[in-house]
Amino acid sequence: MTVILNQSFTGISIGAVLLLIALGLTLTFGQMGVINMAHGEFIMAGAYTTYVLQKDISGAGVSLLIALPLAFLVAGSLGALLEWLLIRRLYTRPLDTLLVTWGVSLMLQQLARDIFGAPNVQTHAPDLLTGNISVGGITLANNRLFILGLALLCVLGVTLILRLTPLGRRIRAVVQNRDLAEVSGIATGRVDRMTFFIGSGLAGVAGVALTLVGPIGPTMGTNYIVDAFLVVVVGGIAQLKGSVITAFALGVLQSVLEYSTTVSVAKVIVLVAIVAFLQWRPQGLYTLRTRSLA
Amino acid sequence: MTTTLTPTKTTPTAGPTPSLLERLRVPGAFLLGAVLLMGVAPLALSDFRLDLLAKYLCYAIVAVGVSLAWGRGGLLVLGQGVFFGLGGYAMAMHLKLADAAATGQTLPDFMQLYGTGDTLPWWWQPFANPAFALAMTVLLPMAVAALLGFFVFRRRVKGAYFAILSQALAAALAIWLVGQQATTGGTNGLTDIQGFFGYDLGDPVNQRTVYFIIAAALLLLMAAARQLFVSRYGELLVAVRDSEERVRFFGYDPANVKLVAYVVAAGMAGLAGALFVPAVGIISPALIGIVPSIGFVIGAAVGGRASLVGAVLGAIAVAWAQSTLSDAFPAAWTYLQGLLFVLAVGFLPGGLASLVTVLRRRRTPTTQTGGTA
Amino acid sequence: MSGEGLTVRDLRVTFDGFKAVDGVDLDIRSGDLRFLIGPNGAGKTTLVDAVTGLVRSAGSVRFGGEELIGKPVHRIARMGIGRTFQTATVFEELTVLQNLDIAAGAGRGPLTMLRRRKGIPEQVTKALETTGLTDLRDRPAGVLAHGQKQWLEIGMLLVQNVRLLLLDEPVAGMSHDEREATGELLRRVSEDHTVVVIEHDMDFMRSFARSVTVLHAGKVLSEGSVAEVQADARVQEVYLGRASEPESARESEPAAASVPVAEEA
Repeated sequence: MTVILNQSFTGISIGAVLLLIALGLTLTFGQMGVINMAHGEFIMAGAYTTYVLQKDISGAGVSLLIALPLAFLVAGSLGALLEWLLIRRLYTRPLDTLLVTWGVSLMLQQLARDIFGAPNVQTHAPDLLTGNISVGGITLANNRLFILGLALLCVLGVTLILRLTPLGRRIRAVVQNRDLAEVSGIATGRVDRMTFFIGSGLAGVAGVALTLVGPIGPTMGTNYIVDAFLVVVVGGIAQLKGSVITAFALGVLQSVLEYSTTVSVAKVIVLVAIVAFLQWRPQGLYTLRTRSLA
Repeated sequence: MTTTLTPTKTTPTAGPTPSLLERLRVPGAFLLGAVLLMGVAPLALSDFRLDLLAKYLCYAIVAVGVSLAWGRGGLLVLGQGVFFGLGGYAMAMHLKLADAAATGQTLPDFMQLYGTGDTLPWWWQPFANPAFALAMTVLLPMAVAALLGFFVFRRRVKGAYFAILSQALAAALAIWLVGQQATTGGTNGLTDIQGFFGYDLGDPVNQRTVYFIIAAALLLLMAAARQLFVSRYGELLVAVRDSEERVRFFGYDPANVKLVAYVVAAGMAGLAGALFVPAVGIISPALIGIVPSIGFVIGAAVGGRASLVGAVLGAIAVAWAQSTLSDAFPAAWTYLQGLLFVLAVGFLPGGLASLVTVLRRRRTPTTQTGGTA
Repeated sequence: MSGEGLTVRDLRVTFDGFKAVDGVDLDIRSGDLRFLIGPNGAGKTTLVDAVTGLVRSAGSVRFGGEELIGKPVHRIARMGIGRTFQTATVFEELTVLQNLDIAAGAGRGPLTMLRRRKGIPEQVTKALETTGLTDLRDRPAGVLAHGQKQWLEIGMLLVQNVRLLLLDEPVAGMSHDEREATGELLRRVSEDHTVVVIEHDMDFMRSFARSVTVLHAGKVLSEGSVAEVQADARVQEVYLGRASEPESARESEPAAASVPVAEEA
């Protein structure tokens, strides 16, 4: 029983990491239809931001707290820059965007190698986050709990922005009918850039979280990016809750399978499960209903 | 879709009778390619360079399939590494078994090293048969593509979703191979292959023969793909790419149309993988994961995805640039590669082939696309 | 060949609780040239979507005695039902000839498909003549004028050997001359096909309709000849009352009639 609970908690914490990464994608891919392969490198940017901060500020706790907003800004600005330079010219060609941003991701990885060196680096976690707490025989790692909390906080934040702020209303308007939004006086270009800023910024936050559970390296983003895209595909592009449910479901599935088979077999089974799921819901869990031809 | 993707010649029967020069253009170009590949290159290049060219030609074979599935069918096949790998592993498994048998062993060298016991895993056993192994190099990739394609296209999962799924497949296969160290060689892959159906691959003469086989396969597959391009199926494939729903209303099932292109492309990638093994002597997870899978697409994108010759030349050029520059200037090459992606795909979606078309149009202004275009 | 009749019984289409089509009965005799009219949101396009299998629906749609509901889109198409869309959808990168050839070819076997096209199939030649596109056959369809694209679409239905044509606003955005030509084309086509036209243009309807069905809020409001429908008080109330406004005022509405929950993407 304890094994199952422990394993489920591992799954939920894997899910929390997936969710943090996928959250930014639900904005850029889900809302805007842009497949940004450089999203993984924005994660990396967030992680290196933490690393640099910790070299300058000794306190691990303080630097982590500063890193969160700063990584959001760094990665968000990179994202907005990418949108302005390239992506806005490619909105009608989503598949080409994928390849173009893959090229950008290659360059960003090399940039990281040139600045920080090819080997992985480490940060120190604050003392508060290194221990465990035990609840009813289950061991919960503090850093995992922190990531879970951070992920849920980010979901809440994005939901509030989309629901309550004027920017959120504009984003939703542009998603639902770009032309109409434009003729209604919404500067769709600015909205796109803001959406991209927030989505990429969230990748930066995810990067900060990842420094707590693994090494920081130039290619760290590629390890997560495909899984994160799968989360959005399965969750459906219409609503955040699709991604939330999917991230946790995939995390738990993955960890349960890893426990009963091996990591590599688990990956294959998860993919088969996803294809099977898409037989039932080809557009993902939650979809926008449209009556268009395409 | 951009207008530059239009094939330059699409009116073979209905238009005004083409001149002799026009009619000889395609067979002429084919002949020229054959002479270059089968005659000039083997004479002009050293053994070492010819080996490299053999490797590039394998990538070019993959690009033929990419041009069909992506250029014509609009299917962004981001997981061609899977099929390349399946073909490669099928071939390498047989060659490893043959190598072992030649030295009186029952197990390939790496299996003895990692110690899986004395018996060959059951799924290795049929690959001792050369005919079975050869058939599998093509049939296995086609079967996997058919399976995935059937389920994916049937439910109208398309565009980015399809691209991401096919990419995930590449990642999954690479991870699985790495995980099965004892039976697949893990990260190292299957290496150090000595013989090719009884011939010693260490002998330069035999290496040359492998080159000729690869070059012949490329020419043959290009001819086959060209036939598909100009056939009614080729026209239908373009129609499906441009408006799948519309085609459905004519009573076609677009899922089948796409499935054919995807499966054929997979078979070509499998064959390329199988030929890659004797040419290079290795197949490993690093050659088939996400990164190389995107690499297969980028060559075609640079050269011109919708143009067969463009895709093939692009694949060869990118592979050449990679191996020439990546050793000398690894950092500079990565930047250049990234920039190439951005420029070619972002700003020249028809690839370098579209430049040729533009130039030709400028030289001889045709009436065909004039008027309100 | 004189087309075949379409029988619709108690057809219902619901979008998230909104009844877009709400119990429609419809009998279209073979050889009819029927106009479907009604204000925006009346369910005209959704009705056609349901008949062609594009949206899920309940009730019964029978064509030539066979039930259509539940069949996939391409099967319905193969039974001889063809349709066009509000926006002309031709394959822009293929030539007029290639467009027609593809439309004609759903029954072709794999061997024919793998061969290059030799010559022009007879029904394609005929369709080129009927639609007046013979001279333009080698043009990429993308460069055709708006009206020509619509004619090409109709031609594509003809070579498909359909017996029932469902046309969604075929003259929207056309010039006066193009409208006349389209009307004449529809008249010719309806000699040996059953034709159903969704239309907003009242003048066009008056000139060419053989019979008219008025839809309102997902239900059939009135049915009959042009004169009968125009005389119907309920129709005048909900629809033709507005038709006495200047023609241009109505046309400035967005052409895409939309069901409130659905949106055009």
